[in-house]
Amino acid sequence: MSASASPEGLAAETPAAGGGLGVSVAGSPAGPWRQALRRLRRDGTSLEAGIVLLVVLVACLAAPLYASLVSQTDPFRSNLSGKIIIGGKRVAVMQPSTEGRGLGVTPIGPTWRGPYLLGSDAQGRDVAARLLYGGRNSLMIAGSATALCLILAAIIGVTTGFLGGGVDMVLSRILEVLWAFPVYLLAISLSIVLITKPIIIGSITLGSGSLLLPIVIIGLIYVPYVARPVRGQVLALRNSEFVLASVGLGMPTWRILMRDILPNVSTTLIVYIPLMMALNITTESALSFLSVGVQPPDASWGTIILDGQGLLYTRPAVSVAPGLAIVITVLALNLLGDGVRDALDPRARLQR
Amino acid sequence: MIAVIVPRIAQMLFVMFGISVVVFLIFFATPGADPSARIAGRNATPETLEAVRKDFGLDRPLPVQYALLMKRLFVTADLTSFANRGQRVIPQIMDAAPITLALVLGAAVLWVVGALVLGVVAAASRDTILDKGLMALALIGVSMPVFWFGEVMNLLSQSRLHDTILFSWVPSLGYKPLSDGFAPWFKTLIIPWFTLAVLYIGIYARVLRANLVETYHEDFIRTARAKGLGPLRIMLRHALRPSLIPFVTMFGLDFGALVGGAALLTEVVFGLNGIGRLTYVALQSLDLPVILATVMYASFFVVAANALVDIAYVGLDPRVRSGG
Repeated sequence: MSASASPEGLAAETPAAGGGLGVSVAGSPAGPWRQALRRLRRDGTSLEAGIVLLVVLVACLAAPLYASLVSQTDPFRSNLSGKIIIGGKRVAVMQPSTEGRGLGVTPIGPTWRGPYLLGSDAQGRDVAARLLYGGRNSLMIAGSATALCLILAAIIGVTTGFLGGGVDMVLSRILEVLWAFPVYLLAISLSIVLITKPIIIGSITLGSGSLLLPIVIIGLIYVPYVARPVRGQVLALRNSEFVLASVGLGMPTWRILMRDILPNVSTTLIVYIPLMMALNITTESALSFLSVGVQPPDASWGTIILDGQGLLYTRPAVSVAPGLAIVITVLALNLLGDGVRDALDPRARLQR
Repeated sequence: MIAVIVPRIAQMLFVMFGISVVVFLIFFATPGADPSARIAGRNATPETLEAVRKDFGLDRPLPVQYALLMKRLFVTADLTSFANRGQRVIPQIMDAAPITLALVLGAAVLWVVGALVLGVVAAASRDTILDKGLMALALIGVSMPVFWFGEVMNLLSQSRLHDTILFSWVPSLGYKPLSDGFAPWFKTLIIPWFTLAVLYIGIYARVLRANLVETYHEDFIRTARAKGLGPLRIMLRHALRPSLIPFVTMFGLDFGALVGGAALLTEVVFGLNGIGRLTYVALQSLDLPVILATVMYASFFVVAANALVDIAYVGLDPRVRSGG
């Protein structure tokens, strides 16, 4: 989870990170993609950001391993009467409070060793283990929401831009309204309605207990932000000579869309991937902090910050640690986003 | 000028209508459950459900329900809460609005000034350590969740560093009205303003720096240099002005995002009883009429503010003005 890797570590992990990026960027082996990938690899900052992201991802995926081997407690069960051994002495997880009048109990602070590395939360659960489990949910929700958002935005942007006419008119008006709608208010309205009474579509239940709820909501609210630029690009492509030539040759519409439009739009979409991921992680944490995102017993970085709110002055690590995790991840995503944009659009680089 | 303003206002009204329909549909026509059960809150009795049904006209067709809701929100303003029985919703919003406004406007001033200074300094010292350091700071500012940054500020100013000279002036959390005097009011708001502004200072400093660097490649800057103008004059009079145009356009949109998003979180963290905290408290008790009303009022405010910025922009930009 640390941002500063040793030089040896950097050198050792470089090929792995390069391979990881290759999978995500090289959709087709055509020339421009290769070039972009090469530019991205040569960009030191992007490479470092990629490595940081990889470390965060691996650490979060290893959460069950950490919980069973290092922290040795169940991070989802409260452990108010638990005792751990530090330096040969048995220490209670919930200790008599030393603040104020000495009433009540305070969870144990960071021990800086195996169990309770970052201390415990108000229910005696290991914060470090919860941080990794929460990270899994945060990353999974942000990733799925990004995929959902980009797919919907591509479909809407391409159909409205290419077909034009009545469909474009209606969808563009709807997008205009959603564009002006403050995203958090839209997300809050959707969440609160679905949390109070879930809706059931076939076998899928969209309700408070499901991680699908934040995914769908976060995926939906940013669609206008991506669909609008995509539509603009498709409108310009529609009147470009190579598309007009395809139309003149009598190519079927689906073929034009697949062969001429989509490859050109895909660069725009790829540039949005890291930026939307960053935005979605922040949005998820904010919604969870407002208690309308991920619902307990599930954890995410946002819910852990919320858990730590009551302990802010006595045990700040509970809130500070997940926040730092968010800052590191989002910062790396933003840096990678800059790199991807520069790699795919050499003109953007010239301006800087 | 009028040819620009009238369509913009028409568009604003259309968007307001659209948003009200979307909110109405979310709250009253989401499939799967009886909306009265949602509105009544937790563990409602059958009598309460019946009262909700009558109150919102839920047995009548959707367009009638919509009209009824709009009337109760904006005309008679007598929407009542069911979780807090009989509590009028609109007066609560009216009491909370000035606090949100004070928070948002102060933050906006700090944000614009901060971004201008940071962007200009970074562009003027392009490719030096100073530039790189400032841009790194700006990116960190962009990457921080605002509520978390607020908590860290609280941790430092209320607890860990409260006894040092740096933060000993910080009053306890909460809002003090302007009628209690200017100094207490100002002191309670400094840290929330700063917290809220940090994110946007980061975004805008980055954009402004990129615009300035791009403008520096233009011919008229070379001309100005060839004329022998000083670097300060070139920067402030010739480069900054055209670079500000996208800045102003973005400001209109982001001001709305600020009101509907970051400000809400900031109010929660700093215990300011504005519209954001009202919404937050209502979320905890599942008080849907309050959420419905705050969402509707805040969105309308945002849309109106956007339109106002656009119209002001028309007044500022001579090209648009003469074109219209």
